[in-house]
Amino acid sequence: MAFALSPEREQLAAQILTRYPDPRAACIPLLHLCQQQHGWCSPEVIDYVARRIGVSTAHVLGVVTFYTSLFQKPHPPNVVWVCRTLSCDLRGAKVIQEHLERRLGCRPGGRSKDGKFALKKAECLAACGGAPVVQINDRYYENLTLAELDRILDEIAARTAAVEPSEPRHQEPDAGGAA
Amino acid sequence: MTLEMRYLTARYDVPDAHRLEVAERHGAYAAARKALTQMTPEQIREEVKAAHIRGRGGAGFPMGVKWGFLRPAPGQQVYLVVNADEGEPGTFKDRSIMERDPHRLVEGCIIACRAIGAHRCWIYVRCELALAMQRLDEAIAAARARGYLGPRPFGVPHEIEIFTHPGAGAYICGEETALLESLEGRRGEPRLKPPFPAVRGAFGMPTIVNNVESIAHLPDVITMGGAAFAALGRLPGEGGTRLYGVSGHVKKPGIYEAPSGITLRELIYDLGGGMLHEDRPLKAVIPGGSSTPLIPASLVVHAPAPSHPLHAWHGKSALDVPMGVETFRALGSMLGTCGAIVMDSSVSMVEVARNLMRFYAHESCGQCTPCREGTGWLVDIMDRICEGRGRPEDVALLVDVSNDMMGNTICALADGTAMPMLALVKYFHEEFLEAVRGGARDRRLDDSTRALVGGAP
Ligand SMILES: Cc1cc2nc3c(=O)[nH]c(=O)nc-3n(C[C@H](O)[C@H](O)[C@H](O)COP(=O)(O)O)c2cc1C
Ligand code: SF4
Ligand code: FES
Repeated sequence: MAFALSPEREQLAAQILTRYPDPRAACIPLLHLCQQQHGWCSPEVIDYVARRIGVSTAHVLGVVTFYTSLFQKPHPPNVVWVCRTLSCDLRGAKVIQEHLERRLGCRPGGRSKDGKFALKKAECLAACGGAPVVQINDRYYENLTLAELDRILDEIAARTAAVEPSEPRHQEPDAGGAA
Repeated sequence: MTLEMRYLTARYDVPDAHRLEVAERHGAYAAARKALTQMTPEQIREEVKAAHIRGRGGAGFPMGVKWGFLRPAPGQQVYLVVNADEGEPGTFKDRSIMERDPHRLVEGCIIACRAIGAHRCWIYVRCELALAMQRLDEAIAAARARGYLGPRPFGVPHEIEIFTHPGAGAYICGEETALLESLEGRRGEPRLKPPFPAVRGAFGMPTIVNNVESIAHLPDVITMGGAAFAALGRLPGEGGTRLYGVSGHVKKPGIYEAPSGITLRELIYDLGGGMLHEDRPLKAVIPGGSSTPLIPASLVVHAPAPSHPLHAWHGKSALDVPMGVETFRALGSMLGTCGAIVMDSSVSMVEVARNLMRFYAHESCGQCTPCREGTGWLVDIMDRICEGRGRPEDVALLVDVSNDMMGNTICALADGTAMPMLALVKYFHEEFLEAVRGGARDRRLDDSTRALVGGAP
């Protein structure tokens, strides 16, 4: 089934398209918008964006594969990015990562046992003065300690609905026509 | 007397400064109003030239000179693109502007658009900075509602629209031509130069690409006048205050505004509060983002010839040389973004090399063989050295591979990888040799680094 944006997001998409002298420039903003709704850049999303901006699906796929924040696969509802670049490493990022691995039961690139979290290594997040830094979804957590990290993860886990093992894909309640 | 100055950061500690009414009560948009209603575009450009702003994005190109390269043909649009991709490790200043005083950036964009004759401006923000993006979008909408943007900003018939544009997670998109590719909806692969963006930039039109901080200085330039702004700096040709970042092993990591041309010693021991642990002296500092070659604490300036740009500091510590574009080039490093990474005596330089090389290998766009292959090889060599599998010839190999990467590529990422690698091997040769012989110990993971995050020893 073809992908469609929710009515509010559709309005936003139309507005985004007016910002550029060439609709093709809307590629990345539209992919973000679709990913917000759908959780990842599925083939249906790619097809939708390609039609919307008048390029081939191969072109959009090429864009998706270039950028680390555009997901090519379904993934858990929460994404934990642990910064392992130098400033963070100097302030204990490796200890933070090891703690995350123990707690979530997975390595970077994997998903937690309960299916609620993906763990990923990040490159410098432009927050080096607050090292060590972890980004979870849209939020930064700086000057982390292990105790603080546990508290944050507990809180997020508690407000994330249980994930069915067979259906790891995240969909927001207001998702419009899903694939 | 403190080194800190409050011009660009004047509203940083004002509660709710991201809201238009609050920002305006504290002076926002007075400079834009003045620039648009009382000055000609040429007068604005003259003040900017006189301000001697060296681009704050890392390359240090004089802002006024760059603007002077614009020669739009009749009928061509001119565009302003603001680089808010902030990805250079150790750099976290632009984010603070966008989150804490977004109206300053919007005001700077208005001034710049008027000066260069642009009607459209895109701010390319790395997508991780969700709060910055939200604050900018709100600031733009508020300024537009107040009539500071749109068809007649401040009543002047010079249409200006500003849009944010999200990145999607790629360091290379901070390189200005990769950024333009990405803005146009493609993979962020740098373009061959020339043509430079001022001739052929966004959507094929003459385009000025400037860093967030460069643009955010403009309101002060207009308020004070270019010459007065320039005089805030301590070095000729490098004007104004600027944002310094300091991270790593200091007591007070953070962003500080201070004159152009302070010293690394002032940055580390005054602004940064000194070394984190009293018993661990400074070992080395990366002065301005990870692509700038590091400076060991023991480095002494050797410039006996009176004609040498550093002659005035001959025999002194490199930590006492003013941080300038020319001075740091002469020192064998680069000024970069002034985001310093401070490392104490516990740090293994071999581990530092591995950490940085992994970053660059991950972020190379892969277009140029020397960069794609070279960054990969450097990681392989560093991995085996760090894992105790180093070979006797590995240290020389690091140098050879780095040298082969230099000057042969489309963009400066390859140089920005090779130069710090070469400096690491040059200044800490013994440490690399020792690691190859005996295997490197991971000295970062000593008890106190663990203690920093509250872990059990
Ligand atoms: C690999 C690479 C990454 C860069 N990343 C950034 C960046 O994140 N932000 C930035 O402003 N400039 C970055 N630059 C520099 C830009 O290419 C460009 O010089 C700068 O945006 C111009 O603005 P300025 O003259 O105001 O400094 C980067 C350059 C290279 C080669
Ligand atoms: S130098 Fe590296 S990052 Fe730059 S264009 Fe070539 S391959 Fe890409
Ligand atoms: S090194 Fe982690 S935020 Fe910069």
